[in-house]
Amino acid sequence: MSVWRQLKLGFRTLTSRTRVDQEISEELRHYLEESKQAHIARGLSVEEAERTVRQFGSAASLHEQVRSYGWENIVEAFFSDLRIACRQLRALPIITTVAVLTIALGIGITTAIFGSINPILFESLPYPHATQIVTISEFTNDGARIDGTFGMFRALTERSQSFDAIAAYKPWHPTMTGTGPAERFNGQRVGAAYFDVFGTAPFLGRSFRTSEDRMNGPNVILISWNLWQRRFHAEEAIQGRVIRLDDTNFEIIGVMPKDFEDVLAPAAEIWSPLQYDMSQGRAWGHHLRTIGRLRTGITYDQATGETNRIARDVLREQRPETYGEQIKLVVKSLQKDITSAVRPALLSIMGAAVLVLLIACVNVTNLLLTRSVQRQGEFAMRAALGAGRARIIRQLLTESLLLAFLGGAAGLVVAFFGVQAVIGLSPPGLPRASAIAIDRSVFVFALTITTLIGLFIGVIPARQTARSDVRHHLQNARATGFGNSRIREALVVGEVALALVLLVSSGLLWRSLNRLFAIDPGFDSANVLTMQIFDDGSEGQRFFEQTIESVRQIPGVASAALTSQLPLSGDLDEYGVHFQATPDRASQSYGCFRYSVSPGYIETMGIPLRHGRSFHENDRSNAPFVALISESLAKLRFQQSDPTGHRLRIGPTNGPPYTIVGVVADVKQMSLAANESFAVYIPAQQWQFKDQTMSLVIRAQRDAATLAPVVRAAVGSIDPDQPIVRVATMDELLAASASERRFALILFQTFALAALLLAAAGIYGVLAGTVAQRTREIGVRSALGASRRDIVVLIVRKGITLTGLGVAIGFLTATVVTQGIVAILFQISRLDPPTYFAVVALLFSVAIVASGLPAWRASRIDPAITLRAE
Amino acid sequence: MSESNTDVIQGTLDMLILKTLSLEPMHGFGIARRIEQITRGVFKVNPGSLLVALQRLERAGRIDAEWQQTENSRRARFYKLTRSGCKQLDVETAEWERRVGAIARLLKAEG
Repeated sequence: MSVWRQLKLGFRTLTSRTRVDQEISEELRHYLEESKQAHIARGLSVEEAERTVRQFGSAASLHEQVRSYGWENIVEAFFSDLRIACRQLRALPIITTVAVLTIALGIGITTAIFGSINPILFESLPYPHATQIVTISEFTNDGARIDGTFGMFRALTERSQSFDAIAAYKPWHPTMTGTGPAERFNGQRVGAAYFDVFGTAPFLGRSFRTSEDRMNGPNVILISWNLWQRRFHAEEAIQGRVIRLDDTNFEIIGVMPKDFEDVLAPAAEIWSPLQYDMSQGRAWGHHLRTIGRLRTGITYDQATGETNRIARDVLREQRPETYGEQIKLVVKSLQKDITSAVRPALLSIMGAAVLVLLIACVNVTNLLLTRSVQRQGEFAMRAALGAGRARIIRQLLTESLLLAFLGGAAGLVVAFFGVQAVIGLSPPGLPRASAIAIDRSVFVFALTITTLIGLFIGVIPARQTARSDVRHHLQNARATGFGNSRIREALVVGEVALALVLLVSSGLLWRSLNRLFAIDPGFDSANVLTMQIFDDGSEGQRFFEQTIESVRQIPGVASAALTSQLPLSGDLDEYGVHFQATPDRASQSYGCFRYSVSPGYIETMGIPLRHGRSFHENDRSNAPFVALISESLAKLRFQQSDPTGHRLRIGPTNGPPYTIVGVVADVKQMSLAANESFAVYIPAQQWQFKDQTMSLVIRAQRDAATLAPVVRAAVGSIDPDQPIVRVATMDELLAASASERRFALILFQTFALAALLLAAAGIYGVLAGTVAQRTREIGVRSALGASRRDIVVLIVRKGITLTGLGVAIGFLTATVVTQGIVAILFQISRLDPPTYFAVVALLFSVAIVASGLPAWRASRIDPAITLRAE
Repeated sequence: MSESNTDVIQGTLDMLILKTLSLEPMHGFGIARRIEQITRGVFKVNPGSLLVALQRLERAGRIDAEWQQTENSRRARFYKLTRSGCKQLDVETAEWERRVGAIARLLKAEG
């Protein structure tokens, strides 16, 4: 009720101010008149009565007192401040433009980065009760994560009380034939409860049943909304439709919702029940991953404790020989699990963006300080006319907020393009990249930092103005604040320090990347084209053999070969390799990458042969089994002695033995940065299980990339039903393997460049201001015989001193805060002296250039003119 | 005048105005004069503070205001108590008496 009255009466005042003012005047006049009459009636003379009435105060000030009541006055004052602020900003278009653009740059960069990392690090995953979704992972004694086993998954499902649902899953890449062109899908084979874990149901049809998740169960699939649109024209009657995958019929039982995001396999378009084959003791092979949904109220630690108790029991019962106590289960939030690898890089990028924002703010504060010096006269005038300090401070804050909001609006445009750029640059492994967008939380973020900036950039000039004695300035308008220039110098010092931190960080990243690419991948990547091809095995090895034959005929192809896994491609195929005992050594196992290759692979990839021989055409399935091992493995097992002639088994210890015929150089398989496992190579024909997926490697005589269409056509002419995927040159794979560091580097470099430019502008601005302030002093100096050179030195020295201070502070800061990027550095100390030296040199060169112009201008000051102007 | 003093005055001013208006509707000067008369000059009311207080009470819905002719046929703004104003006066009076009683007891206390 009274709130309503407040609003109503307030609005009446706002909308009819003149009438309200008249009413106040009339009421006051009436009051004073009555008062006077009352005094006269009591016997005072007219003059005495008037004097008594005047003791209340002047009519004007009484009026002011009465009218100042009510919330509408704050609104009015705000709009009047805003009008003045607009006029002020328009009056100095250059300063305003520079300030707005600087703020836009800072806000744009920070907002774009926030928008990019928000869905990855801060937003919860797009599932109901996302915090209850966990990964259950196995770690070995030495802390390495390994894939889980079906046996463990089954034990947890049966015995654990901590979960509402548990599901194991593994990747699946079926090829669809029969309808249109053959296509290879990204998909997963999943436990029946997989979608229950996410709390998601199909948009059309139904989810999997437990009865379907059995060995030899019905072949049913769920497809993604996208696939439904793309290959099935969004047919409503899709359920029950049968498609052919890997030469088996599968029935489509449903379509997942449009917004369903499978964060464990972002490219997955097709899901089928796991239907795990437990024959041949596979239940304890490590090739599955497990996720679960915690029961409400169960913590990660409780679940971890329980799963470990179960694991110990079940392993003691069922696998005492291999497991013992050597496995540890960890239950961890899914969000944390999928983002932990990129978290350090993303957080340091965000840190860098915030540094740019701070530098931008410092610059704008400097600009506003310059301006407030020029405006001392104006403020003095207003103060004399009765404006209080609070009023002037409010006016200045209104201006800086207006400036910030103009910058913020422009910054959103920068952020929009920035986000596009980040998406374009983002490394392939970035989780949830598809969720990056400018959404409401990003707007809220932008709004918040804009407001903070508005206050930040306004508060120093406002305090400065409020502190300085305005009346003094009114009398002596020329003695413009020297205290002010102290603050401005301090700001520049801070700015240089911040820029140094950014430059050092990006310098360290740049050096890291150079180190990374200087690493020998173990093969010659130049002019090698690769692609993945598939053979369902219906015709033995014929398809692969024919493919190699026809590719070798293509003009421009120097050599071609096949391999079961390709370095730096994300392939991961590891086996236990068991060396047979020799008189001097006991038998022993090592985890090794297993490469089944065609003859000529070692030569085509350019992997140096260190010892013995490579494979040749006679190493067929009916010939003696032979193997090549990697250099580091040879060193570890055989030290200096000759490994050739020794025998090993791959995988099952009852498998066929291979005789070592040679040693090849170590090849980087997972990434350039990783310390790699060992490797064993065998002829593809001598591998006991057939690989249906092989990578074709082609060494071209010249540019490998141009061969791709010809090779595609050649493969297609042999079997048009077989898809060809992952067409890439080895150079591309090499570059992609460092994409996360490159991503961080590009962003850091962008930010560092922005920081450098802003710092240069800051130094220039302050020195230009100094020159303007000291015109008279410089005039006197040159009148007293100072040469132009002396004056240039005077100004430049100032610039160098400020830079030097900033460098010193920044140097110390950088040695501490670079701790934040240690995780993305490679083979370089965060205190790397050459980087620091180069950055310091760069900053000083920029400082000399930035102070040069004001110095030159100072040297042109004509003493006669300045002195006459006195 | 120190700030705490103003507070006391301001706190009581609203009550004094409400009490005065509970006798009959009145214009601003009438209220001031009545307060001065009844308190025998202890409270002299400044027109600025009085009119602000009247606005405050009007906004809060304690009083209504209307332009009317006075006896000597001049236009003046007359204020009258609303129902909510009556209640507020009771509340404030009770509270005031509680405090006065408490202070009186304290002052009369003997060691």
